[in-house]
Formats: sequence, C-alpha cells, structure tokens
Amino acid sequence: MTLSRRQPYDGVVACLPVTIPYRRYSTNSAHWWIGRALRQLLQQAKLRSSDIDGLSVSSFTVGADTAIGLTQHFGLSPRWLDHVPFGGASGIVALRRAARAVQAGDVDIVACVAADTNHVDSFRHTLANFSRFAQDAATPYGSGGPNASFALITRNYMNKYGATRADFGRICVAQRDNARSNPHALLTGALTLDDYLAARPIADPIHLFDCVMPCAGAEAFLVCREDTARSLGAEAVRLLATIERHNAYADDPIQVRGGWAVDADELWAMAGLRPDDVDVVETYDDYPVISMMQFEDLGFCGKGEGAAFVRAHDLTAGGDFPHNTSGGQLSAGQAGAAGGYLGLVEAIRQLTGTALGAQVNGAQIGLVSGFGMINYDRGLASGAAILASAA
Amino acid sequence: MTEPLPRPPRKNPLSRTRQPLLPQGLRSRAAHGLTAAAAEGRFALQVCAECDTVIYPPRDACPSCLSPRLPFRDVDPCGLVVVETTVRVSADPYFRERLPWRTGSVKLDAGPVLVAHLHGDVAEGDRVRMSVQLDKSGAAVVFAMPIAETPNLMDDPQLREMNCDPKFRRVLITDGRSAVGQAMAKAFSEAGAAIIFVGLADEWKPFPGAARLRAIDRVEIVPLDVTDSESVNELAEQNGGRIDIIVNTAEYTRAGGILDRRGLSIARQDIEVRYFGLLRLAQAFGPAMRSRGADGVNSATAFVNLLSVHALMNWPAYGAHSATEAACLSAGQTLRAELRPGGVKVVNVFSGPLDTEWFQALPPPKVSPAALAKATVMALVDGREDVFVGDVAEDVRQRLAVNPKALERELGQD
Repeated sequence: MTLSRRQPYDGVVACLPVTIPYRRYSTNSAHWWIGRALRQLLQQAKLRSSDIDGLSVSSFTVGADTAIGLTQHFGLSPRWLDHVPFGGASGIVALRRAARAVQAGDVDIVACVAADTNHVDSFRHTLANFSRFAQDAATPYGSGGPNASFALITRNYMNKYGATRADFGRICVAQRDNARSNPHALLTGALTLDDYLAARPIADPIHLFDCVMPCAGAEAFLVCREDTARSLGAEAVRLLATIERHNAYADDPIQVRGGWAVDADELWAMAGLRPDDVDVVETYDDYPVISMMQFEDLGFCGKGEGAAFVRAHDLTAGGDFPHNTSGGQLSAGQAGAAGGYLGLVEAIRQLTGTALGAQVNGAQIGLVSGFGMINYDRGLASGAAILASAA
Repeated sequence: MTEPLPRPPRKNPLSRTRQPLLPQGLRSRAAHGLTAAAAEGRFALQVCAECDTVIYPPRDACPSCLSPRLPFRDVDPCGLVVVETTVRVSADPYFRERLPWRTGSVKLDAGPVLVAHLHGDVAEGDRVRMSVQLDKSGAAVVFAMPIAETPNLMDDPQLREMNCDPKFRRVLITDGRSAVGQAMAKAFSEAGAAIIFVGLADEWKPFPGAARLRAIDRVEIVPLDVTDSESVNELAEQNGGRIDIIVNTAEYTRAGGILDRRGLSIARQDIEVRYFGLLRLAQAFGPAMRSRGADGVNSATAFVNLLSVHALMNWPAYGAHSATEAACLSAGQTLRAELRPGGVKVVNVFSGPLDTEWFQALPPPKVSPAALAKATVMALVDGREDVFVGDVAEDVRQRLAVNPKALERELGQD
C-alpha cells in the first residue's frame, strides 16, 4: 500500500445535510433555490446569517452572477468565498477546499450549496453555452448534448469490455428500487430490467432510463470544526481521505477511465482502508457506464470487470453493495450542479443514521465519488472522498 | 448503401414552405481556421509550430508545449471511426427535423480524435477520409467520408446538407450569350440539374453557339437583361420561387486602366453590368431564395459569383475592370451574410484571364469556359465557398497569402 504524504483532515467535519425538494420545472430563479437551501441550513443549525463566515456555491443557472454577487443578494459577509463550477465534481471539490480552510483557521463555518433552477428552456441554454470546445466541436454534430457524447463512451466501453445494456440496466434498476423510499425522488415508478431494455432510444446505445431527468432543486451541507458541530447538536461525518484529478488520461482516444484511477491508491492509503471496508458507495451517475467506471477506477474491481461486478452484487440499500442509496440522479433527478452534491449529502445522511429513505444498517464508512464537465468528448473533472461517521 | 436521391415531386402550392433553420453556428476565432479551410476545400488543422503536435479542437495554446504559434496546415485526412452513435432525440430545432442523425468519434492517423458527422456508407471500425465542410450555418464541421467512392455517394442526406449539389435543382444562368454562359449551361445539364434557365437579353440578336445552346438537354431560354431592372424583376416574379442556384455569367471585360482613359462610359457600363447587375439579381431573387433554403430536395442553395481573381488584388493592365470586380466581391460578401439565415451560400469562383475574346492578347495560361464551368459545378458539389480556378488564380492566391504588397508591385510592373 502506498504511504500517503497528504495531511489528514483532523478536527474537521461535514454536517447538516439539506435537500430542497426537487421540481421538474420551476419559474423561480437559481437564486431562489440557493436562498431556500441557505435558510434551511440556518434553521436546522439554529444559526443566524452572521454566524456563517464561509460560502461555497455551485450553480449553472445563476446567470451573470457568481458567488460574489450572491453575498450581497443574501446579506452575507463571509471571509472565505468559493465558486465551484465543476458540475458533478462540485461537492467533492467544495468539501476539500472548505475542509482545509476550516482546518487552517481561515474560516469557522462554511455553508456549501449547490442549486439550479429548471425553466422550460434552461437545459437547452445550459447546453448551448456549456464550453468553448462544446460550441466549436460537439454541439454542431447533431446537438444531442451529453446523451450523444456519453453514447459514444458507452458504446466504446461495451465494445472494449463486453458489457451489455442489461449490465447497465442492473445499476438503474437497483437505484430505482432505492429511490422508491426517498420522499424527494422525482422518479419512483417501478422499473424492471425489461422496462429498461425496452425503453425508447435516445442516442444509440443510450435509451431513456440511462438518462437523468433535468430538474430544479438544491442540496447543501455545512463544513466546520468537530467541536462546532457538537455545539450545534449536529450529527457529523469526518473526512478520512479525498482525491481530485482533472483531464486525466487525455491520450485515451475515447474515455474508458477517469481521474480516480490516477490517485485511488493515495485515497485508500490516506484513509488507511480497503474497498471492502466501505459500507455505502455513492457514485456520480450521469450515465450508468460512468458508475461502472467508478467501481473499477476506485478499486472495487479491476478495469473492464465492472459488468461482472454488477452482476455479482446487490446494489440496493439492503444488498451487499449499497450504491446510490437515495436513487442517484437517475431516479432522484438532476438538479443541475446539485447533482454533484446529491451523493455527498446522501452519504452524510447514511453515515449519521438519518437517511430519508432506505437506511443502510450500521453504515460507518462511506465513499462518495464525483465526476463531470463534458467539455468536448469526455468528462474532465473527477474526485472522491472517504467519509466516516463521527459518532 | 446510400439510397439514390428521389426526384422531388411537384411542389404543392397549398403547402406551407418549411422555414430554413440553422445548426449552432458560433465558433471561437481559432476555430474559424477550419472555416477558412472548408471554404477552400482543404483539410487543415492546427499544427504546433514548435513541437509539431496536431491539435483539435482548435485552441490558443499547444496542449503539449503551450506554444501560442498554432498555424493551420494541411494534414493527412485519413483515420478510423472508433465508435459511432445515432442521435434520435435533440432539443435543437434544426437537428430535430433531420433525425436520426449519425455521428462518431474518428481517430485521425495524424493524432487527434474528432467528433464528426458520418456519411451513411461509413460505420464503426471503418477507415475514413475526413473533410471539412460548411454546414447550413456557414460554420465549419468535420465530415467522415468513405475512402473509396460508393454508389450514389453524393446523395447521402447528411452530406447534402453541407453542399450545394446541382442534381435535381433548378439553375438560372444569367447570360447565355457568352461562351462562359453556354459552357455553364452544358455543365449543369450534365450535373443533373432538373432545369437550366438561361437568360438572354435581346434574344433576337444572333450569337455564336445559339443553336448548340438551345439543344442542351433541359435548357429553357428566358428573357433577362441584368442592366434592366424591369427585366430582372419580371423574371423573378415569374420564376423566382423555382430558382435554386443562380450563376451570374453576365460579363463585361475591357483591358485598360484609369488614367489613360478619357471619360467614364466604359467604367459606367462595367459597373452597370457587373455591379448593378449583381444588385438587381440579389434584390429580385434573394428574398425568395433565402426563404426556400430548406424547401426539400430542390431547395434554394447557392448564388455563384464569377469573379476575376484581380478582385482580390488589382491588376493595372485591367485596372478599371479589377476595381469593379472588387466591388462585386464586397457586395457578394454582404449577400453572403444576408442569405445565411436561409442556409443559402454565396460561392465565389475566382479565375485569372479566360480564353475568350476580351482576353485575346494575353499569353497562356488562360482558363477555358469549359474549365471554369467544370470548376463551378465541382465547387457546388463539394460545398466550397471560395474557389480558385486555373494557374494564374492559384498563383495570385498564394502570393497574396504571403505578401500582398509584393503582389501589388509585381502586378503593377507589367
């Protein structure tokens, strides 16, 4: 096992998981959703705005604003401010930065919020202005959006490793099972493997249930010192290890692995754990192929063995490999950047015994993985964190 | 296997004409290097001047060595389709009407991976030849073609969105009196145009080649005098909704400069025929063409400007003529922008001296009317926007790219 030279995250915790119930469409602004999340954080923590001295924001639909405009909008005067525009990796990145700042004493209590609205044309506008490379080199080719991009990645993965649509379907079906007890999940209708296979095609080989449903919503949590969390009476989780890596394996012609593979050894070494020690796993599930890659690249199985791994395990909350226990984005919905917080917020709940839906019994160790930002032909951002119940 | 293009049925006059829509046409400045390549039919990508890395998508610093010197160079267009998809759902109105749409990731032998449109005869695992095309928005896109010619190659529906193929389309040649006009009529007939309207002013006046012109398959003579607004407007009123391609062959060429002439009569006539003729055609036919850019197999698709290459750099021996050609070039650029919302292209075909009577005294190389016509048809088939025909035009193009001031002096020394 590689020895880690990374500093541990002693004395820092994440706590107070907040979800503002998702809506398919909303005429409210992203600011409204962010404000709702901030207010609920304060109410649950019994704090005032002036007690929050750090703010981290992730959102695709705040228009001309970034975090700085939001300080005046919400009447906050933080001494630590971050804007994290990394989509599905936003939760991990926000957590890492806030934790170090708290540890170093630069800030005491950081409110981490991810939220997006979804007007009837929000998704189309977000895609149209997503990145320079997307504008120049992806959108003009059918305007299929991320569905078309991940169709290519999925097909390539299937060709290379022999995975079938049914293998991906197993992930989606298990997540739907998990979602059915989640009061906030937007998609809770029964989903069988046959339903998954028979669904209408979107961009071959991606079909309807491979795709997340864009919606409006917000997710949030606090990062603070362990003693602060105790004084707030908030159940908390410790950070055992984190990694982050962007634009990894740029020479792979088609993406078959993400940044986690570069630093996974360091993740486990820093935590002093092995994959078998993990009780609950929350991966970033924009498409099931990416969840499968996360199983491989984080060390739960070897490269190309993801399909066999899924076939050999029960991914429901009551199974032997609880995965995306609130249903993941595929069943809860993708509230823009809040999709990058979904897994982290759920992990905090699972590890503090406060799951809104199905609870993994005795969950002590959780792994959360983030991914996202398909700039041209592959997701650039990745990160992961191993969390432990602080109880 | 590409299905042969169906001959379009007669248009139902009661049906609403489908409005032209465009794919997303914004590009960064660096990406417009591809637009320039596409306009000329070249396959060119950024190649780092310091470490030779071939780069895609276009950008502002080399991903290997961070050099900012990234000129576009012709590169090997061959590659392999690593993986493909068929897009069946799109929120974009242009593509939504044209689904399903096939794209793929192509690994170029030269290095980078290109997300590309796929020709129907190309599939995952195939070797391909890449080309850069201008799509309906006028922006550059990369297109994977089969290595070898396949049956009905040009009838591929995705490819036809990129080019201005005359097959089954209705063409107006604005002046059939000249050798060039007649060569155009013949070339477009052979290219499969459904009908070739050939404009003649004062049809009763005899001219060489008249009988041969009338005998060309699917030619229909129409009255047209580009110096007469009423004539142009009347033709547009009668036929404007049935014109898919205009080739402006109306010509006026006189040797001579400016200082040694007396009076303005030649200049006036030159401008009347060439510049005002272009304006009349644009005003009379442009609006209808623009609205018919998505009107089925025989949609409106192109306005062809035949220009002297000296529109780009004046040749004092034909100085007054060069100046008028420059005016036509600039007007054509306006027209290009004005027709773009309809997905209709303006194609500039530049040539040096032609092998016709008004260039009689000049030595070879000169461009024959047949060669000009062939190059024009090919430009439309290939979807090019700026074409240089013949050795003189190519020579001027190259020298202009290196040092315009040197070219100016050299042309002024004859």
